[in-house]
Amino acid sequence: MTAEAPETKSVSGRREIFRMEHWWGVVWVLPSILAVMLFVYGFIGWTARVSVSAWKGLLPDYTFVGADNFTALASDPRFHIDIKNTAIFTVVFILGCLAIGLGLAILLDKGVRAEGFYRSLFLFPMAISFIVTGVVWRWLMNPAQGDRLSGLNLLFDAVGLDFLINKWYATPTWGIAAVALPAVWQMSGYTMALYLAGLRAVPESLREAARVDGASELQLYRRVIMPLLWPVTLSAVIILGHISLKIFDLIIALAGKQVALDVPATYMWTTTFDGFFFGRGAAIGMVLLVSVAVLVVPYLWFTLRQDRA
Amino acid sequence: MKTKKPFQFLVLIVALVMTLAACGSSTTDTTAASGSSDTTAAPGSTDTTADSGSTDTTSGGDMASQVEVFSWWTGGGEAAGLDEMIKVFAAEDPDIEFINSAVAGGAGTNARAVLASRLQANDPPDSWQGHAGQELIGTYVAADQIEPLNFLYDEEGWLDVMPETLIPLISKDGNIYSVPVNIHRANVLWANPTVLADAGVEMPTTLAEFFTALDALQASGMEAPLAMGEQWTSMHLFETIMLASMGPDGWDGLWDGSVAWDSAEVTQGLEDFAKILDYTNADSSALAWQDAGQLVLDGTAAFNVMGDWQEGFFREVGAVPGTDYVWAATPGTEGNFQFLSDSFVLAKNAPNRDAAIAWLTVAGSNAGQDAFNPVKGSIPARSDADRSLYGEYLLSAMDDWASHRVVGSLTHGVVANDSWKSEIDTAVGLFLLDRDVASFQSALVAAQAASG
Repeated sequence: MTAEAPETKSVSGRREIFRMEHWWGVVWVLPSILAVMLFVYGFIGWTARVSVSAWKGLLPDYTFVGADNFTALASDPRFHIDIKNTAIFTVVFILGCLAIGLGLAILLDKGVRAEGFYRSLFLFPMAISFIVTGVVWRWLMNPAQGDRLSGLNLLFDAVGLDFLINKWYATPTWGIAAVALPAVWQMSGYTMALYLAGLRAVPESLREAARVDGASELQLYRRVIMPLLWPVTLSAVIILGHISLKIFDLIIALAGKQVALDVPATYMWTTTFDGFFFGRGAAIGMVLLVSVAVLVVPYLWFTLRQDRA
Repeated sequence: MKTKKPFQFLVLIVALVMTLAACGSSTTDTTAASGSSDTTAAPGSTDTTADSGSTDTTSGGDMASQVEVFSWWTGGGEAAGLDEMIKVFAAEDPDIEFINSAVAGGAGTNARAVLASRLQANDPPDSWQGHAGQELIGTYVAADQIEPLNFLYDEEGWLDVMPETLIPLISKDGNIYSVPVNIHRANVLWANPTVLADAGVEMPTTLAEFFTALDALQASGMEAPLAMGEQWTSMHLFETIMLASMGPDGWDGLWDGSVAWDSAEVTQGLEDFAKILDYTNADSSALAWQDAGQLVLDGTAAFNVMGDWQEGFFREVGAVPGTDYVWAATPGTEGNFQFLSDSFVLAKNAPNRDAAIAWLTVAGSNAGQDAFNPVKGSIPARSDADRSLYGEYLLSAMDDWASHRVVGSLTHGVVANDSWKSEIDTAVGLFLLDRDVASFQSALVAAQAASG
């Protein structure tokens, strides 16, 4: 529903027609505007209210406690782990997706045979839900050692790459980086699609001009193409970044409920629905909202301004 | 360009199939009986409940002819046991229609979230399932959502057939709030007899003997003689070790406030727990409780501490009691029965109060309990059950239930309310990471302050 409004705007070539049908358009999108007002902004407001309340237990308690829930989070050791985990996850996830996505896109752009096949192949993991990915990778990354090796560790053992055998997501402190791997696997195809579109938009004449000037292939990519792909990279970082901040289903499917691999979204869920700390849960929700907004709002503002110009 | 179309089509089809599959499974899960999908899908609309009910009963009945029972029993022995009990109910009260509102997923987490939203919308089911004890009392009595059942206990004479030490654990201020239908034991040590014999180790009965046995097994080359699973199973281990270290009075005192969490007794218990963790497997966070049990059957580990549903798993995989596995009370807890129980409550303002009481009467009756428990693999709360229906382990548990001192489980909701339990769960999780007893203890003190 939320996607409808920007869509109508982006079809800029038909502005004239839209002016004529302007009022009808408003009527048609009115239900979805109302629904968004209520179900998105209304509930954001309600969550904000709960986050400054003392609500603990089954029934609502709207006693105002100021920023107490937020200051408690600031000194909550579990929330510190959440932030550390989110930071590691985000870095591994975004860098992994960008590197693999760009690599695949360049290879495809070089004119591989059956390009459509490979494109679909790499994009395919995106069609799978994070839950399925999590369950499968939970098996693949089985951390058991010794004679109980299985999954990827067993594969490493079989092909003689024993030094690669590791404890994956059971590794102390860095386990969350292993959890980011399935996310990279799932989303790098999408990043590839973004980059591929970007590469296709680079005019052939620019490449040829660079080659005529004596640039090597490496220089061509570094000096000419990469700078042109900067907006694509920015979009990819924004999209991947907000996925990473909100990650929940993958963690639940892969790690279950354990503090070592906890992230803010899982803490929010368990503390609210297992522990009935609604005030604290709402506070975590607000922190998540603000951190995503810090990432997304400047981008939206920037693109909207560019559109208008 | 043409090549991409078939693939797009394929992606679409796969996506469609996945969506359909998702819808299909969720409906079959939630609708264990007729008319329940409506009620669970649309919390907040009392009309839906009544409508779907009356359209189902073609014979036409008034409101009192149905009872809606809410649970998270949607699969395995639990759902089968519930079905058996529903059959008993149908035979005893043929004119009351049973509406089974079961919500699948997350070991009850999803169901409790749905229940919470229904109660907040003032649309309670007539009766619902919950772990007996503070999980029910702390959440639903505190929110004034359920009725005391003392009158039913008096009428049915249940006080005479249930252990005396059980009653205070499921009561508050003298009011009993739920009808336990089954009893599980938390403090059970499972062991592989072959491994023990090979290492020349006896089944330990005290904590000191337990440590000696674990040392001997490690010396014989077994890296992790005590199998443990994911985080909640560490909390399960924690509660049995604390019971062993503090004794039943100390353990009970933690929950009624007579023993302080910053006392030296607690410190000792935490140190015992810290020590026991050194004998556990490094990949515990990746294992479910069944996987940990399997390690014992395989002989990779010698011991596992888990509730007696582990026996159900052992039997399911074809292991033979006495040969493939043996059991005893967790070392240091002999004579204590650390219990947990699924129980049913009576909703305040239940739409069909009389029918709900009829259901609770069946749930607490011998016929109901003997229908449910042999299928579920648990023992009845009543001591006058038909012993011919139960297997070797369950018979030993029934004897202990009747003679031991009953204490409550933490992980399974008897001694602490949900808020307190979830704070302790966080503290245990943090302790697994840093193994710092002092900060663990202060986190436990804070947990009591935040929610006790």
